[in-house]
Amino acid sequence: MTTSAPAAHLAQLNVATLRHPLDDPRMAPFVELLEPVNTAADSAQGFVWRLVEDGAADATALRPAGEDVIVNLTVWETQEALWDFTYRSGHLEVLRRRREWFERHVEAHLVLWWVPAGHLPTTGEALERLADLRAHGPSPRAFTFASPYTAAEAAQHLQAVPPAQPGPAARNAQSAPAEDAAAL
Amino acid sequence: MRRRLYEYVVAQGREVGRNEAAEAAGVARTLAAHHLDRLAEVGLLESGSRRLTGRSGPGAGRPAKVYTRARAERAVSLPARDYRTAAELLAEAAEQAGLDAGLCTAARRRGEALRGSAAPCGGLDEAMEMLAARGYEPHLEGVEGVAGEVARVVRMRNCPFHAVAERFPPLVCGMNLALLEGLLGTDGSVRARMDARPGECCVVVEASKSNID
Repeated sequence: MTTSAPAAHLAQLNVATLRHPLDDPRMAPFVELLEPVNTAADSAQGFVWRLVEDGAADATALRPAGEDVIVNLTVWETQEALWDFTYRSGHLEVLRRRREWFERHVEAHLVLWWVPAGHLPTTGEALERLADLRAHGPSPRAFTFASPYTAAEAAQHLQAVPPAQPGPAARNAQSAPAEDAAAL
Repeated sequence: MRRRLYEYVVAQGREVGRNEAAEAAGVARTLAAHHLDRLAEVGLLESGSRRLTGRSGPGAGRPAKVYTRARAERAVSLPARDYRTAAELLAEAAEQAGLDAGLCTAARRRGEALRGSAAPCGGLDEAMEMLAARGYEPHLEGVEGVAGEVARVVRMRNCPFHAVAERFPPLVCGMNLALLEGLLGTDGSVRARMDARPGECCVVVEASKSNID
């Protein structure tokens, strides 16, 4: 892959710590919204991909970041497309009621980063980006809606600063569930 | 007259040509064009060119000049006040502390206080008036129901809290919904609910389920 002008897509991970198990009646309104909101995502402008567990309709049973932490991992064509879906679709209603269903996170719970078009990020890669954001703040490698970077900036950054050695980053990723638990 | 032209363009929520604006304001096209261009010069409108006929290529005619509202915000305050920074800082703190519920309670109370002793909103037309008075720029829209019937809903072109809503959407949009619930009343014949779409206020006002005739 060349870093001059690669077609880039925006990857997004967010983690949410459940206040109650998903089969608890108090979580029922959230569970009912899963299907319509995921369907809306699939047909949203600029949607590319979302993580789904094999044989399931969503990824809520995958718990790579902790037993009570659900993850949402998606890829979008542009940041605008992701923003419009996140905050200007039926998904906003889920976010409005977030305090009923999820613990408040003291640390960052959403991370964005650019991937080459066609690349589908793994949860390991995604959690490593979240750990990067939590450890170093927003950078072209791992950023947020409030501190965005363009794909070009990310490509430049990659040329100037090669990706960190896997050692410490992997350790950070593995400590993410503990950090989530600490945020309760 | 310049104000009339501005208000007409804004109310359409789309690109407006010179002829149309002139007709709406009841003035000659050249006069309307002059004032529209002045509005664009000072940054209140944005102008562009479009072929309004839908044709393209040679023979389609010269593109017409069209106008839309500028996206930038203008505020005038004498003496200078900076409530926006205060709002952003308070919102940031409320977001970090997870104060959504407390903020919504305060917003609902404020909405009720604004309504005062008036009965809950009696219908969509009354809701339109209340929302217009608060700067929401409401407009009616037909929505097809499951049975093919067409219901009217009120949508709003303007979010009065736009700058903070863009930075903290769940928090501020939730606050706005609670404010409108208080303002309209929750046991009247209309109800406010979240139905976000790009470029507009995230709330829609519709007839309450129990009152659909």
